[in-house]
Amino acid sequence: MKITVAGTEKQVADGITVAQLIEDEKVETPQYVTVTVNDEFVESGKFAETVIHEGDSIEFLYFMGGGSNGSDK
Amino acid sequence: MALTNEQIERYSRHIILKEVGAKGQKKLLNAKVLIIGAGGLGAPAALYLAAAGVGTIGIADADEVDLSNLQRQVIHSTADIGKPKVQSAKESMEAINPDVKVITYHKFLTSDNILDIIKDYDFILDGTDNFPAKFLINDACVMAKKPFSHAGIIRFKGQLMTYVPGEGPCYRCVFRDPPPKDAVPTCKQAGVIGAMGGVIGSLQAMEAVKYIIGQGKLLTGSLLTYDALSMTFHKIQLPRDTSTCPVCGTHPTITKLIDYEQTVCEGVGL
Repeated sequence: MKITVAGTEKQVADGITVAQLIEDEKVETPQYVTVTVNDEFVESGKFAETVIHEGDSIEFLYFMGGGSNGSDK
Repeated sequence: MALTNEQIERYSRHIILKEVGAKGQKKLLNAKVLIIGAGGLGAPAALYLAAAGVGTIGIADADEVDLSNLQRQVIHSTADIGKPKVQSAKESMEAINPDVKVITYHKFLTSDNILDIIKDYDFILDGTDNFPAKFLINDACVMAKKPFSHAGIIRFKGQLMTYVPGEGPCYRCVFRDPPPKDAVPTCKQAGVIGAMGGVIGSLQAMEAVKYIIGQGKLLTGSLLTYDALSMTFHKIQLPRDTSTCPVCGTHPTITKLIDYEQTVCEGVGL
């Protein structure tokens, strides 16, 4: 089936879960990624049980530091 | 307050824009922007905001200029090594534009002082490199009802989003808690291409300017990512429902600021 991952159309197996997609996409630091399906958050505890459907749009949002340490202890 | 002849000439490329005009330029001259972190992101943002004539610019950073900063922190020069970054940044901004009043905060921002510092500003730029600071800035801005621009950069990637009170998700809507120490690759270990700060920091300055002049659409409700290697910008639509957010939601559970344990990039600001 066709889905959209980070804005790019992809062909994936029917019935794939968010957890499987994270593995297939080799997501960096997967335990700290935020995922949206069709612009809604997926709770991080529910990646394995969340099934992706034909036409869904999935986004991965990553922690990104950078800048200067103007505000630490 | 009328613009002087010198100001009309200095800001002529702004004033000629129908979205800015003399009216918008006066708004910039009357605006107060706080930049937290005088590093890779804060440096270009500060230079552009000073050049644009933002009348009051606050700059906060506890660090001194280090040789390893100069590959990307373009507001500092080789002669500034060892000098407080805020002092170096102030001198650079004032040299560009004497219209600008620069206020320096040579200190770390914490739960004890951040609300008192941000209260005087119209817009805040998060140019920090660590997650405790990013969450502190987010929560403080939500609580004080201040708009701010969040950004992060690493390797050849960058991202940013804008929070405006009542107009969509905050940083904590997207990322609930800071990652544990060393769980996510950061700056010093992973590296960053110098021009990335220029791209993303300039976009933060652009958001501040748009907010001040009241033009265009801000990055509220979306996160813009930039991948330099594939030369791709990608705008991620964020969920509209912020009601369950622990800080900006309808029943907040975080009502006091938190000083998370400092983790990354000791002594080396990005």
